Amino acid sequence: MEHEIARLYETLKLVVGFIYPNEIELHWNLLIVIYPYVTGLVAGAFILASLVKVFRVKEVQPTYRLSLLTALAFLIVAPLPLVFHLGRMERGFEMFLTPNPSSAMAMFGFVYIWYLMAVLLLEIWFDYRKSFIVWAEQEKGYKRFVYRVLSLFTKDTSPSAISFDKKAVYGITVVGIPSAFLLHGYVGFIFGSVKANPWWSSVLMPIVFLFSAIVSGIALVLMIYLVAVLVRKEEPDMACIDKLASFLFYMMLVDFSLEALDFVHRIYQSEDSIHILGQMISERLFVSLIVMQLILGMIVPLIAIALIKMFKWPAEIRRLSYFIIALLVQLGIFTTRWNVVIGGQLFSKSFRGLTAYKIYVGGVEGLLVSLGFLVLPFIILYILVRWLPPWEEQRAPSIKS
Amino acid sequence: MRKERPGNGHDQSRRDFCRTILLGTLSLVVPGSVIGATGTKGLSDWYGTKYKPKEHLYAMGIKVDRCIGCGRCVDACKRENNVPDYPFYTRTWIERYITTEEGQTIVDSPNGGKDGFKAQVSDKKLLKTYFVPKICNQCHKPPCVQVCPVGATYKTDDGVILVDPEYCIGCRYCIQACPYGMRYFHPKTRVVDKCTFCYHRIVKGLLPACVEVCPTQARVFGDLKSKASPVIQFVRFNKIFVLKPDLNTEPKVYYADLDMEVR
Repeated sequence: MEHEIARLYETLKLVVGFIYPNEIELHWNLLIVIYPYVTGLVAGAFILASLVKVFRVKEVQPTYRLSLLTALAFLIVAPLPLVFHLGRMERGFEMFLTPNPSSAMAMFGFVYIWYLMAVLLLEIWFDYRKSFIVWAEQEKGYKRFVYRVLSLFTKDTSPSAISFDKKAVYGITVVGIPSAFLLHGYVGFIFGSVKANPWWSSVLMPIVFLFSAIVSGIALVLMIYLVAVLVRKEEPDMACIDKLASFLFYMMLVDFSLEALDFVHRIYQSEDSIHILGQMISERLFVSLIVMQLILGMIVPLIAIALIKMFKWPAEIRRLSYFIIALLVQLGIFTTRWNVVIGGQLFSKSFRGLTAYKIYVGGVEGLLVSLGFLVLPFIILYILVRWLPPWEEQRAPSIKS
Repeated sequence: MRKERPGNGHDQSRRDFCRTILLGTLSLVVPGSVIGATGTKGLSDWYGTKYKPKEHLYAMGIKVDRCIGCGRCVDACKRENNVPDYPFYTRTWIERYITTEEGQTIVDSPNGGKDGFKAQVSDKKLLKTYFVPKICNQCHKPPCVQVCPVGATYKTDDGVILVDPEYCIGCRYCIQACPYGMRYFHPKTRVVDKCTFCYHRIVKGLLPACVEVCPTQARVFGDLKSKASPVIQFVRFNKIFVLKPDLNTEPKVYYADLDMEVR
């Protein structure tokens, strides 16, 4: 406790203007920045996967299974920063036992469980079921047993069973798209519905969250696919990569338009909070909002993709550029989350002053733990890819039988 | 026309089914109602036998012109309710407003006003200056209660917003939802804490600590359901204002002589 008090005294020195006494401490910190970021990646990756199944975008087929596994890896991690952030972690489960129906946050648990159990796991299971059976036959020892368990001891690979699997995957994806929208639009609602906070309170918030989620998901799968191609030394599918970049471009345009609309609307309406929000952007969020989110995370990638499309650069340079672009987009979306979550707490609800936020390295809410939550999904993804290879040639034997 | 089924097997099982459902429902409802009844009794034990929460509705009146910024209320509140004695945690505080002749308004609240205020040394000529005590508005439509994921913060029948410290999970959504910055995160208990109107005192007919110690009677406390209550008099004889009325939270802390600068 002494540690926290000492930090608050340090923060007190950085306060500008007048803020309410209880506002010196910033309550939703780096962990809560990671939560919408990770959830957004889940929703985005899933929507990319649904492009193949529902919208029949054949070019991105090579990333279908990879997208699903990416969504699963990140979905497993998504609630962890929330739980770690609770003052009383041991009581977190009460959210399921005695949920308050009027609370947006209480419903998150149910949306999460629905998405994990009814959408993602089911879709992965139906899509992999035949592969599990084939792999179980090919493998020996404990691996064989694991695949048997994963297939839930089904053995039916008859054409009618396979066609049922396909239908099921299609049906789940159709339900999954609105569910993915719900999962992340809903995270936006947690912030957008807080009427006390003019930086958050916006009906556009869920929609902006959703489109930025799709942007980040596509960029992430693009990055992972590029790395996977490199590591596996296989021939990259440029049609797929170009298509991903195109979708990234369109989604970024929508995202950019929505955010611009929000911005213009705020300035034009010029409500009583406008001065303090302006002061916050220029004094506290300039680097993260203007430089990182807007210029590096949005404008530079948009121009770069447009240039690549116009001048038809050679494949190798395209791949390298796409990777850098996707990396910049990730940075942009992460800072978007930062600017929403941290930005919404930097100004006083008296609209008369600003507090400050400093990241510390150690502690449950520190930098190291947060980095851990960003690395953990990749470790889970590595394990998933090891056990459930998402590559198309592994699917091939199962298709021909 | 319904066809009679041969044999009575189906009807028999249907009757059994209905009986099972009925007994099952009763077995769920009866213990629940017993627990409910004893639960209410427990509550009346706690309140005292004569106290009936539904017969009261508490509110506070604050006469801005009377406040001298001595900070006794902040100090009394911290002592009465074991609020950590640091500038970052407080259930009530006092803000000082200084408006210069140029029309600029400066606001401060050092240590929540607990130690009083030092004279502001300023070259600028003062137009006006005043103190504004702040306390939880015990909103009729509390956004903090709406957002609590587990229902740990709730509105009592007598209109006070409380936090159950043994149930709060410490997510701090309520802190974000409160438009008035009234809630803080207790560094020791790791749950949210806020003003209770000194609930443990008012149910015994005592005044909240901040009202009790105020030397100028800037704070008035009472029951809106009792016509003789000081707060009814306050509302009747003053032009009343509430904080951030546009947010439709319907506060039950009423201000008289409030300046438009105060938010």
